[in-house]
Amino acid sequence: MIRPMINRDSQFFWDGTAVDELRIQRCNACAELRFPPGPACPDCGALDRGFVVSGGVGTVFSYIVHRHPPVPGKELPIVIALVDLDEGVRMVGEVVDVADDQIEIGMRLRVDYHHVDDDLTLPVWRVAEEDQ
Amino acid sequence: MSGLSGRAAIVGIGATEFSKESGRSELQLSVEAVQHALADCGLTPADVDGLTTFTMDTSSEIAVARELGIKELRFFSRINYGGGAACATVQQAAMAVATGVADVVVCYRGFNERSESRFGQFSVAAATQVNTNGLDNAWSYPMGLGTPAATVAMQARRYMHEYGATSADFGAVAVADRRHAATNPDAFFFGKPITIEDHQASRMIADPLHLLDCCQESDGAVALVVVSAERARDLARKPAFIAAAAQGSGADQFVMTSYYRDDIGIPEMGVVGRELWRQSGLRPDDMPMAILYDHFTPYVLMQLEELGFCGRGEAPDFVRDGAIELGGRLPLNTHGGQLGEAYIHGMNGIAEGVRQIRGTSVNPVEAAASSHVLVTAGTGVPTSGLILSA
Repeated sequence: MIRPMINRDSQFFWDGTAVDELRIQRCNACAELRFPPGPACPDCGALDRGFVVSGGVGTVFSYIVHRHPPVPGKELPIVIALVDLDEGVRMVGEVVDVADDQIEIGMRLRVDYHHVDDDLTLPVWRVAEEDQ
Repeated sequence: MSGLSGRAAIVGIGATEFSKESGRSELQLSVEAVQHALADCGLTPADVDGLTTFTMDTSSEIAVARELGIKELRFFSRINYGGGAACATVQQAAMAVATGVADVVVCYRGFNERSESRFGQFSVAAATQVNTNGLDNAWSYPMGLGTPAATVAMQARRYMHEYGATSADFGAVAVADRRHAATNPDAFFFGKPITIEDHQASRMIADPLHLLDCCQESDGAVALVVVSAERARDLARKPAFIAAAAQGSGADQFVMTSYYRDDIGIPEMGVVGRELWRQSGLRPDDMPMAILYDHFTPYVLMQLEELGFCGRGEAPDFVRDGAIELGGRLPLNTHGGQLGEAYIHGMNGIAEGVRQIRGTSVNPVEAAASSHVLVTAGTGVPTSGLILSA
């Protein structure tokens, strides 16, 4: 298992997954949403920031099926997607319980949470009910 | 033309053999390549006052200088972002000699990236580095996306979706590279051409990328000697003048995972291309050939578009029917590329550009020896490019 490097700019995201929340950084000055997070707002320069909790639904923008070489902590193959969240930001995530010939661009996904241990919870994605 | 254009030249090239197990240290490989490059142009270590390499290189400038017996260095620098550094090492050298900061600068890159730390594997080190690159990788590696092939496959799948490109379109690059490698005795795949059927039948690595879409892992080193244009004219070899040397980083840039901008792609190569044309006053039509960085085939198609050889989405048509092979309208990677010759992080491609300008390539493109060769560095990362001129 590869653990994410975390600093004080990204801690809120991982605190969120631990309680089953997918948090998106929001600028407290101009309300722009941003992922991945960072200390400043690229749109207005403000350093004052908070977050919103995503509805956890998105659309496949692209995907791969990883077959080789080995990935630490994973049994291959795995499906990994770029997910366009309905809020307008994009994330990388593993899609679980999906056949490698079932995944496609445009498919709707819903977030779920993989509680690895006390220190790490990873967001994962499943095919949304509306797309099954 | 800009102030840098034509002010410096590559006058010496050197390399080790390209293998899967060099049997010696990465430092020794780099030292051997620098010795060969200096001998190639009739200079000695005593003439060298500058060294430049990749941030990723494990052999520091001072270690290389010690082994070569170089007593003093006036200029040393490194460029970040993996293979994107290749042409930028030459840019560093060109700026140094053009301004008189240094007189003779050697660019080098050497590694055992097959027999030691394998570049194609999932890189735990990349995910755990204590800097912003490591923090950036927190959004992909823990999710299982952490090999070079996988990060490129994500781009390739979207490109296929948007423009109707097929795996066979990517395969055209592999077939061209391996055809050119087949007649290059220095290539690892000398005498081993492939067909498009071989490409399609090769195993899937990260869908949609097959094994034969991926470059090799290689052991080896390459070095390049850069001096001012005036000095170049007094040396043994025909100079490859640096008509342009550019770096580029795009909006919302990441290393291999620039996935968060609307149009994912490789706009950083567009930045490089526009700067190459601006500095040189040349156009794509002036290039009889090119060396386009080919660690993975889809990015060669996307580079043709970003550099202006064809429009967005038109590369699948552009590469058909042997257009990028010897005798075609734009032969690419005449040394066999990194799929066919070796993966020396783009530095072996610059050496081939110099050989084409000299007229000494084993696969010569006749017009290049009296005109120009465009060379690019790593894609998917902040990158760089060169136009070499006779």
